[in-house]
Amino acid sequence: MSSAIDQLEGLTTQEYKYGFVTDIDQETLPPGLNEDTVRFISARKEEPQWLLEWRLKAFRNWQRMKEPDWPNVHYPPIDYQAISYYAAPKSADDRPKSLDEVDPELLATYEKLGIPLEERAALAGVAVDAVFDSVSVATTFREKLADAGVIFMSISEAVREHPELVRKYLGSVVPPTDNFFASLNSAVYSDGSFVFIPKGVRCPMELSTYFRINAMNTGQFERTLIVAEEGSYVSYLEGCTAPMRDQNQLHAAVVELVALDNARIKYSTVQNWYPGDKDGNGGIYNFVTKRGACRGRNSKISWTQVETGSAITWKYPSCILIGDNSVGEFYSVAVTNNHQQADTGTKMIHIGRNTTSTIVSKGISAGVSNNSYRGLVKIMPKAEGARNFSQCDSMLMGDRCGAHTFPYLEVRNKSAQVEHEATTSKIGEDQIFYLNQRGIETEDAVSMIVNGFCKEVFRELPMEFAVEAQKLLGVSLEGSVG
Amino acid sequence: MLQIRNLRVSVDGQKILRGVNLDIQPGSLHAIMGPNGSGKSTLASILAGRDGYEIEAGSITYHGQDLLEMDPEIRAREGIFLAFQYPVEVPGVTTMYFMREALNAVRKHRGKEELSAGDFLRLARQKIKPLGMEAGMLKRAVNEGFSGGEKKRSEIFQMSMLEPTLGILDETDSGLDIDALQVVADGVNALRSPDRAFVVITHYQRLLNHIVPDYVHVLGDGRIVRSGDKTLALELERRGYSWIVPASGQAAAAGA
Repeated sequence: MSSAIDQLEGLTTQEYKYGFVTDIDQETLPPGLNEDTVRFISARKEEPQWLLEWRLKAFRNWQRMKEPDWPNVHYPPIDYQAISYYAAPKSADDRPKSLDEVDPELLATYEKLGIPLEERAALAGVAVDAVFDSVSVATTFREKLADAGVIFMSISEAVREHPELVRKYLGSVVPPTDNFFASLNSAVYSDGSFVFIPKGVRCPMELSTYFRINAMNTGQFERTLIVAEEGSYVSYLEGCTAPMRDQNQLHAAVVELVALDNARIKYSTVQNWYPGDKDGNGGIYNFVTKRGACRGRNSKISWTQVETGSAITWKYPSCILIGDNSVGEFYSVAVTNNHQQADTGTKMIHIGRNTTSTIVSKGISAGVSNNSYRGLVKIMPKAEGARNFSQCDSMLMGDRCGAHTFPYLEVRNKSAQVEHEATTSKIGEDQIFYLNQRGIETEDAVSMIVNGFCKEVFRELPMEFAVEAQKLLGVSLEGSVG
Repeated sequence: MLQIRNLRVSVDGQKILRGVNLDIQPGSLHAIMGPNGSGKSTLASILAGRDGYEIEAGSITYHGQDLLEMDPEIRAREGIFLAFQYPVEVPGVTTMYFMREALNAVRKHRGKEELSAGDFLRLARQKIKPLGMEAGMLKRAVNEGFSGGEKKRSEIFQMSMLEPTLGILDETDSGLDIDALQVVADGVNALRSPDRAFVVITHYQRLLNHIVPDYVHVLGDGRIVRSGDKTLALELERRGYSWIVPASGQAAAAGA
């Protein structure tokens, strides 16, 4: 390993050519996980002592933990010693030089999804210095954000430039001892994003397009921290409708959100990691911990997710409603096809008075897939006047797939109002025939019916993204009917 | 424009149509009557291309083409429109969006340009008004929460938008009160033209007071057992079906 370190040190003395956009070339650490691995990563990132301690604490805790076996998903045991925990982005030399070198099938999918031409190259992994447009766009965004006082940078950068902020909030919502995958992430996270919106500032743009271009190579252990100070607002968009391939099968990300008094955070995700082939070979295992703390009065955190990718999804974006009158929302569309398995939902923990939460979950299962909604609504004794509304709808395509709902309710305050509605429907041949009979072909008919089913969630997405998400659903379910 | 020859159809081994012959010329309106279970709706479904039927023998030629070889959406684009007996709800999809997609698919097939959102809306408003419906209906999800009468009027609205060459009405009168019946009939009559034909499937004669047929056919036991002009419908109203349709066959078919 020491020679690898030497090599790496040589490389890290190079300057960042493109700021946040590209990282320097790095070596890949050999497979295996022990304290040295954690120390290596921390050292490579030139992290302060407190962060190394923090990572080590997480690692030691992780060693004592058991992988959760309660989710309704099945996969062969993961050998955590067989994984490399420091996989560097491909160097520009290994990447395609232009779109001509990219798999035409991938490009055809971009076309179907309506991805703007200038973004296709970046998404297909064409060497970034060939993608001039994206770089200049990113730079422009960065200046505009800086003018508003918004901090938006990689979390490694933030550790160096704003250590006091990172130290104050990192792990404050998802502690490094929280759960098996969160602990693993805390120990070995590679990089991620840091967003800080100062008091009273409305972030001047959706943190979307910018991020989308940067979303490549975020690595398998991504860490995101967003802090919205008093009275601020930010809309953050993660992921991408374009299919994302990655040689790492295991992904364990952590996202933490903090909203202070009167702050609002809107976090939207489109997840389209490689789901594996039609026979269930390959595909990403996506074990994600996402949690937001509404710490301040009248604060609001809203999660919207469109999950179509990954072989296995294990994900429960949650809200801890601490401040009085705070609001938590969860809008979700989860699509599973072929052999995909998803166990996803949310947790709404009502602690403050008059806190409200809304859950709208739409699960669509096709092929031989399994789709589970798992949600917890917990009303604590002091949450006087808390209200929750949950709606969980499942749609089945064909008769070999499964849809499951696991709602958990814990109410410890008598004044609380909790409502839960659930429906299961089968996409009707009658519906498809009706649309066919009006001249609409089957593929478009399925897409129309499914999008109608998901409408309440799509309207929560930023406009431009909603359009892409609709197309994505059509593409994800292609060939699943008729 | 449409020739049905010796059409034999079964469902799950049960024979439903046992040799239907029918010729339809442009501009004509054919009423198809018959007791429950005589195969009327099956005939409508076969024309529109619904799955789940086994064509054992016979042919259907539409404008010189083999209709049975065409997918349902192609039939629709080629001008076949079925007003459903039970229009289907499509939650979350507005009638406006649905109809615009449909109309543009049909227009594209016919070599016409797709309509812009503005032009579409103007056209839709113009077509919806005579049917006694508010333009607000366009913003509602397809058939969701519609009353029986609203569903049937929406079918006629869709037909007037898509301007088919062959309109098939499958028991459009069922579940309609007398006022709604008149509105629907007016809608159909307004669409009658020398190059457009209709097949009107109905159980009762009363619809035919409002939509006057050129021909009336009685379907019994999977065959057309009698054809005549509009006076045949009146006679059926007076005498029922039993004098033409053999009781045993009727019972057997109803069992299907």
